[in-house]
Amino acid sequence: MMILFNYLVFPGFLFSGVVGLIASWIDRKVTARVQWRVGPPWYQNFVDFLKLMGKEVTLPRGDKATFLFAPFLGLISITLVATIIGKLFINPAESFIGDLIVVLYLLIIPAIAIILGASASSNPLASIGVSREMKLVLAYELPFILAIATVIIKASTTIKLGEIVTYQLNNGAILGSVSGLIAFIVAILCMQAKLGLVPFDASEAEQEIMAGVFIEYSGFLLAIFKLMKSMLLYVMPLFLISLFWAANISIYSLLGKYVLLLVIVILVKNTSPRLRIDQALKFFWGPITALAVIAVVLALLGK
Amino acid sequence: MSLKLKALTKSLWVFHLCVGGSCNNCDIEILDLLTPRYDVERFGIMLVGSIRHADMLLVTGSLTYKAAARAKRLYEQMPKPGIVVAVGSCALGRGIFKDGYNTPCPLDELIPVDVYIPGCPPKPEAMIAGIVKLVEKFRGGK
Repeated sequence: MMILFNYLVFPGFLFSGVVGLIASWIDRKVTARVQWRVGPPWYQNFVDFLKLMGKEVTLPRGDKATFLFAPFLGLISITLVATIIGKLFINPAESFIGDLIVVLYLLIIPAIAIILGASASSNPLASIGVSREMKLVLAYELPFILAIATVIIKASTTIKLGEIVTYQLNNGAILGSVSGLIAFIVAILCMQAKLGLVPFDASEAEQEIMAGVFIEYSGFLLAIFKLMKSMLLYVMPLFLISLFWAANISIYSLLGKYVLLLVIVILVKNTSPRLRIDQALKFFWGPITALAVIAVVLALLGK
Repeated sequence: MSLKLKALTKSLWVFHLCVGGSCNNCDIEILDLLTPRYDVERFGIMLVGSIRHADMLLVTGSLTYKAAARAKRLYEQMPKPGIVVAVGSCALGRGIFKDGYNTPCPLDELIPVDVYIPGCPPKPEAMIAGIVKLVEKFRGGK
């Protein structure tokens, strides 16, 4: 029963949903402030969710079963990741061998859910968004995994998240070393792409392809997708903190580090133009992968 | 007022549609609403790219033959409950193009319009006043 409580309430669905929606509000408010506007009130994302639940759902001509199922696939997997990362910070000793690999696989599933759902909507603009999303996933997964390989090497070759956290509690944060710092910068850029934020949001480009991947979604299905994106905004910085910056995991320190990472992501989002998909591919497979390889080599040399 | 309508009035997502013959002045004034001076995002109003995400269809320009079929289809694609707002005297009743060769009928003979905002072009304050009247109408009795 404890597992069900963890999955559904804390730190699973309810907790990560609420914190994710508030993190999305922080995003909108900081964006507004940077543009010298006032911005929406704190309950705006909750009201948006309620309003979307009350709207009519339209099913497209394509495959209706996949269209209905895709948002829930994304939501289930991101809730699992939120539960694993939440329990990791509560008690690092309870993690199992290989849970780092499980989290990496589960974090790809939201992108796959978006691809499935947009393909099932049989809209040509959505298919452009799908092809861009697939290329983007190929682009950022490679340096992301190389950055995580740096962490694995530095934490005395373990693939257990709990052991990575306890290694940092005893020996200082991984981003204190040169290889760790380079890998952290690579990981922040890959996080920006995974969250689908400018400069890497070519798949949901609003002005270009009219909401791209989400063009046919309406009503509660759109609400589930937006909730999934908000929960991703909550989980990804926490995952990065657990890998690179877990020297002090008290609640205040975690909150401070999380807000700092969030503000970095939002400021990069507000000061960058959007990259074309081929520019994004060249960016991730060129300079960023080279940086990640340098980080791995430095970690192997012991720095 | 039910919870559904209350949430709708606090979070209106707008799809901007310019039918056919328009000088784009109303479109520029609508864009002004999103700039820091008037900033309608603090009321929850957001511009969306897809008609399936929209609650409000903001129509400018006078209706033309080519755009008529498309405007009707867009109205049917908007998920209900939805609101149609006609901005500018061209959208109200074809304005100065009333006797034109390519304007078949006023907009509200094609799709049901809820809010009319007159002006050529209407000032952003007039548009905000129109939205406030709409919210008052919802609170009053629907």
